[in-house]
Amino acid sequence: MTTFTPATAAETLATVAWAAAEETPLEILGHGSKRGIGRPLQTEHTLDLSKLSGVTLYEPAELVLSAKAGTPLADIETLLAENCQQLAFEPLDYGALLGGEKGKGTIGGVLAANLCGPRRLKAGSARDHILGIAAVSGRGEAFKSGGRVVKNVTGYDLSKLMANSWGTLAVLTDVTFKVLPAAETEVTLAVRGLLDDHAAAAMALALGSSAEVSSAAHLPERVAARVAGGSLGSTAATLLRVEGFGPSVAYRIAALKDLLGNAGPLEEISGETSHSVWRDIRDCAPFADGLEKPVWRVSMAPAQGHQMVLALRMQAAVDAFYDWQGGLIWLRMEHGDPEADLLRALVRQYGSGHATLVRAAPSHRAAVPVFEPQAPQLAALSARLKAEFDPKAILNPGRMA
Amino acid sequence: MSGLLMPKPDDATMRRRDEIVADMRIIVPGEGVVDAANSMRAFESDGLTAYRQLPMVVVLPETVAQVSRVLKYCDDRNIRVVPRGSGTSLSGGALPLEDAVLLVMSRFNRIIEIDFPNRIVVAQPGVTNLGITTAVEQEGFYYAPDPSSQIACSIGGNVAENSGGVHCLKYGLTANNVLGIEMVLMNGEVVRLGGKHLDAEGYDLLGVMTGSEGLLGVVTEVTVRILKKPETARALLIGFPTSEQGGQCVADIIGAGIIPGGMEMMDRPAIHAAEDFVHAGYPLDVEALLIVELDGPGVEVDHLIGLVEPIAYRNGSTTCRISQSEQERLSFWAGRKAAFPAVGRISPDYYCMDGTIPRKELPRVLHGMRELSEKYRLGVANVFHAGDGNLHPLILYDANVPGELDKAESFGADILRLCVKVGGVLTGEHGVGVEKRDLMPEMFNQTDLDQQMRVKCAFDPNHLLNPGKVFPQLRRCAELGRMHVHRGQMAFPDIPRF
Repeated sequence: MTTFTPATAAETLATVAWAAAEETPLEILGHGSKRGIGRPLQTEHTLDLSKLSGVTLYEPAELVLSAKAGTPLADIETLLAENCQQLAFEPLDYGALLGGEKGKGTIGGVLAANLCGPRRLKAGSARDHILGIAAVSGRGEAFKSGGRVVKNVTGYDLSKLMANSWGTLAVLTDVTFKVLPAAETEVTLAVRGLLDDHAAAAMALALGSSAEVSSAAHLPERVAARVAGGSLGSTAATLLRVEGFGPSVAYRIAALKDLLGNAGPLEEISGETSHSVWRDIRDCAPFADGLEKPVWRVSMAPAQGHQMVLALRMQAAVDAFYDWQGGLIWLRMEHGDPEADLLRALVRQYGSGHATLVRAAPSHRAAVPVFEPQAPQLAALSARLKAEFDPKAILNPGRMA
Repeated sequence: MSGLLMPKPDDATMRRRDEIVADMRIIVPGEGVVDAANSMRAFESDGLTAYRQLPMVVVLPETVAQVSRVLKYCDDRNIRVVPRGSGTSLSGGALPLEDAVLLVMSRFNRIIEIDFPNRIVVAQPGVTNLGITTAVEQEGFYYAPDPSSQIACSIGGNVAENSGGVHCLKYGLTANNVLGIEMVLMNGEVVRLGGKHLDAEGYDLLGVMTGSEGLLGVVTEVTVRILKKPETARALLIGFPTSEQGGQCVADIIGAGIIPGGMEMMDRPAIHAAEDFVHAGYPLDVEALLIVELDGPGVEVDHLIGLVEPIAYRNGSTTCRISQSEQERLSFWAGRKAAFPAVGRISPDYYCMDGTIPRKELPRVLHGMRELSEKYRLGVANVFHAGDGNLHPLILYDANVPGELDKAESFGADILRLCVKVGGVLTGEHGVGVEKRDLMPEMFNQTDLDQQMRVKCAFDPNHLLNPGKVFPQLRRCAELGRMHVHRGQMAFPDIPRF
């Protein structure tokens, strides 16, 4: 049992090249903050990238930041905030949900897990902001892709391919992200007391308006009490976030109030309360309960999410809330069984989508496919692609299987 | 063809041409197979007209099953296939091969579904980019990426090229606006990626497919997200005595936290050509002209104009006009949008380049370009997507003068080398195709290129789909798959472990 902690890209390359030659598997780790996601690994050796750290380029006027893959996300977010900028895709922090520390995680992990948050609706996820990478393939070869500019179609976009690959294709050594100005003002409009179907209709109406809503979530009754220190109370809250320059935000909030005046009682939430509401939704705080009850993260067409949940409730005890206009569904299975087959059949029945078991006991994660199984042709294509990057299956073997 | 080496035609395929054409007619009955030379003439080149080649046969399928059968037939018999949308590629991505089936997707021209609650359109790949906006604009929606060929270019081609446009600074490229595709692999398998939901359950194959230039699969259906049209848009037309000042103004606008809907710059030759052509009222005594378009609710646009105007003056602008009407806004754009044909009026031919650079390097690159212009004795005019650093130098030449096309191409290659040297890339939105294929080693070493080709191997192990494009030299997948290892050595025994 050896842990390698390279401090340079060259040392990382040497380690992986050695492992490739020995055909000995490695677990690839940053801070390990998302180690509990995916099928449990049993590898003899660990490649810990947390020493491969540091911002190597940050040019605010060019909207670009490069860092070594093991750089703490928290450091990067602090640096960006000092310049009134941000990672607009709002990477979520799994720490509390998975029973770990808050504020951990590396920038490489952000890409490998394709993290995002409530602003995904408008701004995309990590895959939409990655500009370039340097990495070491499972063949033990260093390669790069992309660059440091936004407009770039030179060659295949292997940078995007790293998104959601969970360290199974290559070991990232350097990443370059597009960064964006942080909004000057943020105000959230809450419609209170709606049932799921009415909330879905209200969110569709708001997103179909020109109010440029950047995030839309629905916290059903009782779940609402579990964000922002209980400051919303327990009545269901359908939340619409509007961001931008002050006069524009005021105008758009007024427009939304006109649009949704008949939907239910309205409340305006601003300042730190608004920030903490969205941070808690982002981090799935309502289910960060210190328990091991299975938690699913389901992505579907927004208008169909609540229909699937209604059908699921007929057959299983679940607690649920919605982000992304209803298209992201967080589910906690109250009786401890993941009910994977039932859930996935319903997701298919109500359109397309995918369900990821983000929290579960190791025994469940070993028995149930954590990531959505793919159709046979697509699964075969993905397997061929994996083999082209990691023919000896030495990088996080089995984690996504 | 000026010095472009394409894959050698396969003799066995050429000998079986009649049989292959007959079999294609069985798979795609009716008018869907074209093999007469004069009828195939319309397909001999794409938007990069310097290169022309008649295909072996043109096939225009109508159904996914036909696409699948054509590809499987060709895969089984080692026949090359070149996919084509509307044929507007500026890099030769749809250039036919003498021994290849040209698979034209133009009959896939229907909108399949419009879903307003989810703000999604599902379209066949031959639907034009503008056709998607047309289908939803009565409800106030539009499809954001707007390549300048949007009247003609197809959404399937947009996926293949990851097309951009003037508004992608704020609204993203094709890759950020496509949620799903259906595609057919070279072996005939039909695969769906994504859908109406966000993000992938596994590897981001959609991300790789977008911008893969027709080398990985043939797109048969596209799911895109649509946006509500901004309430209003206004533009500023700002002139500067130097390009440095224009560039600094762009940096300061972004530094103030503003991401305009569009931000375009033109240099003196482009300004003069455009003004002579459309009389947009552009100032002729400036070195750089910047168009900044702000969109959103009226109050937001007014607020931002109030921020941008002083930034322009602080950077030494000598003229700053603010559009007071929709008509005036469009007149600001008229010259920019007509820049290419305008340049076409002052020169018999022009060659459009497409590098991207870090924005701050603009003065250095413009300076370098002036030196190259003198060296090659060819004029150059520049239009520039200033917000994202995407540069379109238009090299002026005369194809009727022997050697001038070659000279223009060498000039273009030198410009792209310069872009890479300052930290930029070979192509921002036009694609590699055949045009920049042989320049790929300027940006990538052999290991980088090999890993890209291995991706190709996972999709099309026999290199039958659009060969001769993107990669300077195709290596066999078996060769690429070999591992060269030295067993039992620990290269860095001193790596810390604990």
